Amino acid sequence: MWDVLVAGGGNAALCAAIAARRAGRSVLVVEAAPKFYRGGNTRHTRNMRCAHDAATDTLSGPYPEAEFLDDLMRVTQGNTTPELAQMMIRESKDMLGWIQEQGVRFQPSLGGTLSLGRTNSFFLGGGRSMLNALYRTAEGLGVEVRYEAEVVGLDLDGPRLRAAMVRQGDREERIEARAFVAACGGFESNFEWLKEGWGERAENFLIRGTPYNRGTVTKMLIEGGVMQIGDPTQCHAVAIDARAPRYDGGIITRLDCVVFGIVVNADAQRFYDEGEDIWPKRYAIWGRLVADQPGQIAWIVFDAPNLERFMPSLFPAISAPTIPELAEKLGLDPAALDATLSEFNAAVVGGRPFDHTELDGNRTQGLAIEKTNWAQRIETAPFYAYPVRPGITFTYLGVKVDAQARMVMADGTPSKNLFAAGEIMAGNVLGQGYAAGIGMTIGAVFGRIAGTEAANVV
Amino acid sequence: MSFDLPSPDAGLRDPNLAEAERLMTVCNSCRYCEGLCAVFPAMELRRAWSDGDLQYLANLCHSCGACYHDCQFSPPHEFDVNVPAVLAKVRNDSYEAHAWPGALRPLFRRHGAALAIGVALAAALFLAGFIAAGDPGALWSAHRSPDLFYALMPHSAMVGLFGAAFLWMLLAVFMGARSFWKATGTPVDGLALGRAGHDAATLRYLDGGGMGCMNDDDQPDDNRRLWHHFTFYGFLLCLASTSVATVYHYVLDRPAPYPLWDLPKILGTLGGVGLVIGPIGLLRAKAKRLPDLLDPRFRSMEVGFLAILLLTGASGLALMALRSTPLLGPMLALHLGAVLALFLSMPYGKFVHGLYRYLALARWRREDPSRG
Repeated sequence: MWDVLVAGGGNAALCAAIAARRAGRSVLVVEAAPKFYRGGNTRHTRNMRCAHDAATDTLSGPYPEAEFLDDLMRVTQGNTTPELAQMMIRESKDMLGWIQEQGVRFQPSLGGTLSLGRTNSFFLGGGRSMLNALYRTAEGLGVEVRYEAEVVGLDLDGPRLRAAMVRQGDREERIEARAFVAACGGFESNFEWLKEGWGERAENFLIRGTPYNRGTVTKMLIEGGVMQIGDPTQCHAVAIDARAPRYDGGIITRLDCVVFGIVVNADAQRFYDEGEDIWPKRYAIWGRLVADQPGQIAWIVFDAPNLERFMPSLFPAISAPTIPELAEKLGLDPAALDATLSEFNAAVVGGRPFDHTELDGNRTQGLAIEKTNWAQRIETAPFYAYPVRPGITFTYLGVKVDAQARMVMADGTPSKNLFAAGEIMAGNVLGQGYAAGIGMTIGAVFGRIAGTEAANVV
Repeated sequence: MSFDLPSPDAGLRDPNLAEAERLMTVCNSCRYCEGLCAVFPAMELRRAWSDGDLQYLANLCHSCGACYHDCQFSPPHEFDVNVPAVLAKVRNDSYEAHAWPGALRPLFRRHGAALAIGVALAAALFLAGFIAAGDPGALWSAHRSPDLFYALMPHSAMVGLFGAAFLWMLLAVFMGARSFWKATGTPVDGLALGRAGHDAATLRYLDGGGMGCMNDDDQPDDNRRLWHHFTFYGFLLCLASTSVATVYHYVLDRPAPYPLWDLPKILGTLGGVGLVIGPIGLLRAKAKRLPDLLDPRFRSMEVGFLAILLLTGASGLALMALRSTPLLGPMLALHLGAVLALFLSMPYGKFVHGLYRYLALARWRREDPSRG
């Protein structure tokens, strides 16, 4: 009999395990992935957003609680649980120190991310380095970790867990525990579940992170009587390079060059204002936009002067000396793409200095779908294109929790010994939208609380 | 959808350079490692990397291993990002490619065998010389002669032979470094050279980004920096000992042997101890090192260099300990053989890493955008 059983192996799971172990409890972590892939999406993260009252060695200025809350309300458009959001933001201040005490190291913001230098603490060496530090600390404290150990069944007595069935290889073991922390991510790698929300379109989605986030535990909890939040269409989807592998392409397949040209679908037609907003907001809408296009694919088309104006990515741009030749390479109708380009170029008003860091007012005039900023004629050979598809970062559907990270049952009563942290409950705070680094805040803060509260159950 | 990792120059470029270019493309799109060392910020200054750029980055890398364990795309991930191993290959290739004269380049990969033959041959020749040139029986009785070593080999002969070997070494190393700098360098100034000297002397980047190097796993528990300090400063102390002794001999007219408390003896003893402890530590670390991070083609070079340093240090200490026994003669032959083999092998082995890395650090110190 373990005091605390933690399902999952990422930031939230490890923060819970460390907190419970520091409270003197015996802790078993069961991670479904093999050791190399441990930690789910934490492997792909790079920073955490925490409130702080003053600049530090690695943060360029203060980020007060009130401003953090404003940012959260803005990105979620109010779709949050205010008490949980306020509590999390308050706790995030202490998290900055606590997480470093667990061995995590910070550095100033990375090149190309200066806009986050004040608000976000970047992990030295990235998310996997951060994760390695947490594992070293947890194992040093005596937390036991099992890999390729998947929770395949829950023995629930109403609002109380008696035991979990854990499969390792061909062996299935019933593991009893006094408290259970579900910190095993979302369900974005479960295409059947994605299709419940998106239909066959989901077949063309790419998953940016781990193939192990299948939502098995989420599903069992909801079927076992825990309150569900969110629905299966809700996910953070960005447009990423269509040539990326189906899983785990991570940060390097992202493309942030929409503003420099136009985006066309398989009919070589534009379908949305490429100049609507600046990063990071625009970054988070294009996944959904592409998901609504035929074949869930689109192409960002731009010309020579823009090639080095944005962060490089893994795959080279596809290039050709003329637009019809480019269309051939992309498998688009050359005449149609040429017509779209000519129409667009003729409508560019421009006239102001081009500045992609702010809404520069260079717009088109007279198109069915205008480009309202950064409109510049696409006219200098060679011409370039990147194919893009929706890249799913994480999902919002999950389980309802209270301020103790305790799961809430479908009838609104608190569970006895069930806790949740991280992506599986992120929707409680982040009902929609996204702000860089907030997933790690949710994971760390609720993980630590879940571990502490789970320790109190015993 | 099929998945192909892009490698723009595959087939055109040397395979190790092509792989290094592929990795730099991956790393430049990620940049999570930019706080670990100088390699990644230097990479970020460009989007395409010439052969020289890649050799520069490869020699900036101190092989601390941190980026391998921190990388979300390292093996077994399909992106197969193994920066330490690939840069080790490019780095080793660069030693070979720039060596002078070109005919001796094969010595890099057969370094261990070349050294073993070299030491054996040199020691045998010294022995033969001692026997042929000295009085009968001098080999076993030199420890009783007031001239000690010089009873076996006159000072002028020693200076002539080792001076010539040393000058040849300097010339060959200089020619190699010049070729390396032509391929990889940019104009630098005194400030950059000075700061790079500090970075090299402290092994600033052999620290895994601040918490220590990684060797056999992701535990930052490696002491390679310490062992390297023992080795490097041991080597310098030995050089200093010889230099002071030369000044004593020619300027102050105080020929060897010197008493234990005198400067050449103190420097030489400390240096010898460093050259024993350091290489043993480094050899042990190398034996434990995660095989994924190594370049097996050049194992003989890496182990050989450590072995010859160890032999030089150990035989020097043994010579001092045995100077009043009949073993003085044979031990002197072994020590002189080791030193001669060391000097002659330096331009064609791991020794050049120090110089090339220093030059790479100097370029980085010049082009570092955060430089004031």
